[in-house]
Amino acid sequence: MKTSLRWSLFFFLTPVLLWLFLLIVLPHIDLLIMSFRMDTDDGKTIWTLSNYLNFFHEPIYWLTFVRTAVYSIIVTLLTLVITFPLAFYITKVVGLRFQGFFMTIILMPFWVSELVRVYGWMILLRESGVINHFLLKFGLLRHPVEMLYHDSTMIMGLVYTSMLFMVVPLISVLESLDDGLIEAAYDLGANMWHILFKIIIPHAVPGIVSGCIVVFMLTLGNYLTPNLMGGKNSLWFTEQIYNEFIASFNWNQGAAFGFLLLVLSSLVIWAGLKMSGQKLSQVVQ
Amino acid sequence: MIRTLPNSRPYTIGFKIYIVCFFVFLFAPLLITCILAFNDSQFPSLPWKGFTLQWFTGNLPDRVGIFHDEINLHSIWTSVQVAFFVTLLATTVGTCGAFLFEQENFRFKQLLYFLMLAPLVIPGVILGISILLFSNSLGTFFEQHLHLELDFLGPGLPLVVLGQFSFITTLVTLVVSARLKKFDHTLEEAALNLGANRFEVIRYITLRFLKPAIIGSAAVAFLMSFENFNTTLFLVGSDPTLPINLYLQVRDGSTPVINAISFLLILGTSTAAVANLYFSRKRKD
Repeated sequence: MKTSLRWSLFFFLTPVLLWLFLLIVLPHIDLLIMSFRMDTDDGKTIWTLSNYLNFFHEPIYWLTFVRTAVYSIIVTLLTLVITFPLAFYITKVVGLRFQGFFMTIILMPFWVSELVRVYGWMILLRESGVINHFLLKFGLLRHPVEMLYHDSTMIMGLVYTSMLFMVVPLISVLESLDDGLIEAAYDLGANMWHILFKIIIPHAVPGIVSGCIVVFMLTLGNYLTPNLMGGKNSLWFTEQIYNEFIASFNWNQGAAFGFLLLVLSSLVIWAGLKMSGQKLSQVVQ
Repeated sequence: MIRTLPNSRPYTIGFKIYIVCFFVFLFAPLLITCILAFNDSQFPSLPWKGFTLQWFTGNLPDRVGIFHDEINLHSIWTSVQVAFFVTLLATTVGTCGAFLFEQENFRFKQLLYFLMLAPLVIPGVILGISILLFSNSLGTFFEQHLHLELDFLGPGLPLVVLGQFSFITTLVTLVVSARLKKFDHTLEEAALNLGANRFEVIRYITLRFLKPAIIGSAAVAFLMSFENFNTTLFLVGSDPTLPINLYLQVRDGSTPVINAISFLLILGTSTAAVANLYFSRKRKD
């Protein structure tokens, strides 16, 4: 009995250890080491801080970094504001018969690849796009307007892409809210805003936090949407990393950027967890 | 306020308008993409020039439908192959992970569990670059010290499979673990009392019980791999997967063939979503 248990531990542990060490731990250690290395002109590789110093000396680098972070926060808040009423409607307002139907059709677009969704927006918004076509036809515009490639379009695209990851935790947290609490508050004379801020939102905090964490992380690490919907001037930090790796072939610099992004993302997740007193394992489930 | 309480008319109507607007926002890009796949025009834009199936079946010099488009067909086949191997690997290792964290006890279990969750909160771009760096370092090491040239360590499909596997496995582990938590351990004890050994118990009893969760997570793993972009972008060699190939075409100007592919993808994923819902309902009944 005892020996067979040991065998099964070994049997299950080996693949998991191989996976986590070869594909997660060692690559990230390598990333950290690479970010402190540099190839000199005479072909030697030395330890250096210059990859990080470059980041702080060149405004384009750290400005992109700050911009990406600020925009990700805006996207996260917008997503929350847009999806909260929806989650509330589905869990508390709409007739019980329609709940399953609503859940299904909300989730359906998110099974479709992000690329297809972004492409759909490009067809709608570009200068020769569908919206311009109708605006011209109805005489609301005289010349077509380029609606793509603005920061606001990019933010809309990012909100669109991340809505699902907010709506699912919100729905599950609102489902656990007892209707009786809202009814009692109503009977005791509370108005709508009181009920919202004193009962619904305090109850929904765990769902809000986990939704925000996931949306922020995904937005920060997004490449596709900023690249296709943002303009030439709206560089995202992941594009900066891509440029260092693929265009400039400066892997050490790219590694430093990657590590900075990882630190930012982990810091925000950590802060979110601390503020709400949750554990990581609760959030991802 | 909620369905059991009397609501004012403006509140109900306002909420309905909001929900309608939301669904228009949600489905507009997908619908327009599908519709324009059937437009008899060289560009994916209005005006409507009549219905055609040529973007699917056509084989003219200026109009090659998807069923004759060698490059796109090849990239679809590449994605299917990658997704197949990722699904196989991720389901196997993920199931091992579920057994490991639910049924075994060992030192540093908490630490390893935390490490297992990490891939979900590391941006996909970072996973991509760190695995690229590490495999490159390994490749250089083998070449210099052992004089071995290992092709699979360079960018290419094996690396893409490993990169996607590295985070999809976490998802499988979580889904299978959730089901394993509900497992009635007296069944195992009964089998052990009746003379089965540990592996027979797992094979004939526990795995049977886990089957729905394993199949479900395999389906999700396949879809996630098929649609992955961020991690794949850095690891892909000369053989692009479908999302990468579509991205390159969308970036450099597009034809309605992309709409045709998108239409097929939307059709496929929504069929899968409906089937999934149907089977999960059936299981509950």
